[in-house]
Amino acid sequence: MDRVLTLTAALLQPLLLLAAAPLLVAWIRRVKARLQNRRGAPLLTPYRELRKLLGKEAVVARTASPLFRIAPYVVFAATLLAAAALPVLSTLLPGARVADAIALIGLLGLARIMLTLAGLDAGTAFGGMGASREMLVTTFAEPALLLVVFTLAMTTHTTNLASMAASTLAGDSVLRPSYMFALAALLLVGVAECGRIPVDNPSTHLELTMIHEGMLLEYSGRHLALMEWAAQLKLALFAVLTVDLFLPWGLATRLSPLALLGALAALVLKLAALGALLALGETVLAKMRLFRVPGFLAMAFLLALLGLLAHVILESAL
Amino acid sequence: MMLAALALPLAGVAVLAALASAAVSLAASRWPRVLSWLSFPLLGVCALAALASGIDALWFGGAHQAVLPLGLPWLPWEVSVDPLTGVFLLILGAVLLAVAVYGPGYAREFRNGRDSLAALGVFTALFVLGMLGVLLAADAFLFMVAWELMSLASYFLVAFQHEQAEHRHAAFLYLLMAHVAGLAILLAFGVLAAASGSFSFAAMRAVHPDAFWAAVAFTLALLGFGTKAGLAPLHVWLPEAHPAAPSHISALMSAVMLKVALYGFLRVVFDLLGPPQWGFGVTLVLVGGATAVMGVLFALQQTDLKRLLAYSSIENLGIIFLALGLAQIFQAAGHPALAALALVAALYQALNHALLKGLLFLGAGAVLHGAHERSLDHLGGLLRRMPRTGWFFLIGCLGMAAVPPFNGFVSEWLTFQAALQAWQLHDSLLRILVPLAAAALALTAALGAAVFVRAFGTAFLGRARSRQARHAHEVGRGMLAGQALLVLGIAIAALLPGPVLGLLARAATQLTGAAVTGDGWLWLTPISPRVASYAPLPILAVLLVVGALGVALLRPRRRAAIRRAVPWDCGFAPPTPRMQYSAAGFAQPQRRVFAPLYALHEQVTPGRYELAVGDRAWRQLYLPLGALTDRVADRARRMQAGHVRRYLAWSLITLLVLLWIVS
Repeated sequence: MDRVLTLTAALLQPLLLLAAAPLLVAWIRRVKARLQNRRGAPLLTPYRELRKLLGKEAVVARTASPLFRIAPYVVFAATLLAAAALPVLSTLLPGARVADAIALIGLLGLARIMLTLAGLDAGTAFGGMGASREMLVTTFAEPALLLVVFTLAMTTHTTNLASMAASTLAGDSVLRPSYMFALAALLLVGVAECGRIPVDNPSTHLELTMIHEGMLLEYSGRHLALMEWAAQLKLALFAVLTVDLFLPWGLATRLSPLALLGALAALVLKLAALGALLALGETVLAKMRLFRVPGFLAMAFLLALLGLLAHVILESAL
Repeated sequence: MMLAALALPLAGVAVLAALASAAVSLAASRWPRVLSWLSFPLLGVCALAALASGIDALWFGGAHQAVLPLGLPWLPWEVSVDPLTGVFLLILGAVLLAVAVYGPGYAREFRNGRDSLAALGVFTALFVLGMLGVLLAADAFLFMVAWELMSLASYFLVAFQHEQAEHRHAAFLYLLMAHVAGLAILLAFGVLAAASGSFSFAAMRAVHPDAFWAAVAFTLALLGFGTKAGLAPLHVWLPEAHPAAPSHISALMSAVMLKVALYGFLRVVFDLLGPPQWGFGVTLVLVGGATAVMGVLFALQQTDLKRLLAYSSIENLGIIFLALGLAQIFQAAGHPALAALALVAALYQALNHALLKGLLFLGAGAVLHGAHERSLDHLGGLLRRMPRTGWFFLIGCLGMAAVPPFNGFVSEWLTFQAALQAWQLHDSLLRILVPLAAAALALTAALGAAVFVRAFGTAFLGRARSRQARHAHEVGRGMLAGQALLVLGIAIAALLPGPVLGLLARAATQLTGAAVTGDGWLWLTPISPRVASYAPLPILAVLLVVGALGVALLRPRRRAAIRRAVPWDCGFAPPTPRMQYSAAGFAQPQRRVFAPLYALHEQVTPGRYELAVGDRAWRQLYLPLGALTDRVADRARRMQAGHVRRYLAWSLITLLVLLWIVS
């Protein structure tokens, strides 16, 4: 019985995240609008956009190969699978045994590779531009993310995200210098990986600055819907990853209805706060020139490395 | 128990088949068909025997030895097969089998050329024979003979198309470096033999040199085997020589010969040299890390597909040596289980790299065959012209990019897991070094993904950038079957990491004395379930199920699945192939960021942009060294006066000095 319950919970958690991802995006847009003295769109707009796209005809460039049509499904599935490795409500997560934090980063890598290949596939100028820039971002963002995970793995002696969160819940303090460095690095990486300001701007199709949108230019209909949904899921995934690693309080350690409800409430609060923080950042910051981005990302990498070194030098008492 | 004793006889069959292949190939100059009908099939037999022998050695464990009635009267050749040999026999067999299937189709192209088919067949077989000999040798004498056979035969293969000056240049450089490497290895064996008083490996294993001489032997072995394995800064020959050879030979050189160098290093340093020292480990981690980062940065800037693959081989060997360094550090610190884990990670990486790079070089050969072009800036859109080769190549690229559920990820994951156990070390310097190594590895992995996105994206996606690419054709059945065989191996290594790890662990156990288990066929749980686990089959299953569900649910019922149209491209004029991102353009951001590491020559004239990315090692190390050699040679020439009397005087003086030393 327990096994069935755990498995159901494991299946439902990524689906919950998938369902809630557009809402997080809508929330960020709403807060941003309010900060800019606008009223903003209703919270259901991203869902309506997805429904609209899913109903539309899919137009594919004549020059595109079959890979172009496969890519959206792979990107979507890989991102969803990465989400399955993440404790959303409860730390009892069999999915985390299949894929640990390193595999999660690898799955995001798979999604990114398919996305960039799809960008190159139609043989257009903007697709290649987006792909090339995405690869520049990932050159630093991915190692920085790995180092963040390593810093926590050195403390908790595991790369299993559920065990990591459980270990922090069990009393490991997060008020360590290494965690502070790692948190700062993770925030910078999250901004870059999810294509938010100041690295990329999700709400513009200005040719010379776009990264993520450049790769999606040729997509339409259900393919575009899958790609957009995967991007929204990735944002939610990074938000949950941040709170899992650094603020896991509220996560259910048992599968009782009360604990799960509490976990849900805590998650909503934490994500709302994190989303508001992102919206605030996007309001006060301007987008950087592309060639400033390596500096930004190198800082994230350096912070992550400092976190790791801080752990080794200051904290690891044997 | 009968089966256990088969390892050595099977290896003998492999050697005989390679010899037979060399012998019959002599007839190929007269009857070209011999190559397809006899030489390559015999190599296939050799491959199957080597594969069987390797699996047998790994499955049953233990060492099987024999003394051959060959060699010098007082120094008979000894051979042995143990699990360490088994790993590399497995690698050799798997790649050679694919090459033997692929070869006939590829070599047909040379039938009408001026190049000698007999030379191709004979030297290919001798090359294989040399590699087999190195793996099987159990004494330094046979090892060196086989090593030189391998080097020389591959030299002739690099120089195969010698009408082209660059090939001659590459071959000469290769020969030079191979000789320097051979000398270093010979001296390393000299140190070991001086300590033990015998050339036999068994004797060397029993008696170890003291700390100073061990360090000398380690340095010499690192120089010798490192040159062959392409470690920085001794790598310069590799990106010249590997692309110059015919593609199936490039596959053998990159996938197998580099591993034979790795085998030699493992044999000398981990097996014969004696107790591990953390200083060796630190050296290996530093050299490996630098090599990996350097290799991947240069791979990212290559526009020649085969050169790109060669630089990527350098990167991978760097990662392997880094993992070996971790193993040495852990072993020296008294954690044999962790050392075994790091060693298994290195061996897994070696196996993966052999399968992947074999596949990619065969794919590059297919591209060369089908499109007669290997510059990325002249390719494009090949996935539609050569679909099978294209999808195989994509599998190779995803494996190289180390993403789950492909095989490259398994070894990367194992290496990270080993590095993350650094908290168990007591020395704080080492505890800092290991995470730094992990950072270098992470950077390498991310750049590696960019390398292969760029390679696949510009060669196989987009639109054809030249007439040849537009008229490219798919290759024949044999060449596809060769690639398919390697894809099969990749699938096994990717999806069944537990059993594969179980086999490789025998070799790690032999070298470290500690066991590693994969925990069943589905899971990969090297340390404990709480620490980390990974299961690729469920990942693949979920990917397939979600993808299939998506297709089934979203497919429109009432109208066509898709509509084809002109590319949108933000509504500008219909894009032409020339408006695509070029391979050089794709890597431009990284070229800016890492500019200090490259020797860049850029020239912009109206309507023209020229770019050359040079290797700094070449200008700062090799050219000065070459100039120094020239100067020394000039001095030495003064002795050469042309008078017989003076030569006799020199001889007499030398003789006297030698006699004085001996007395």
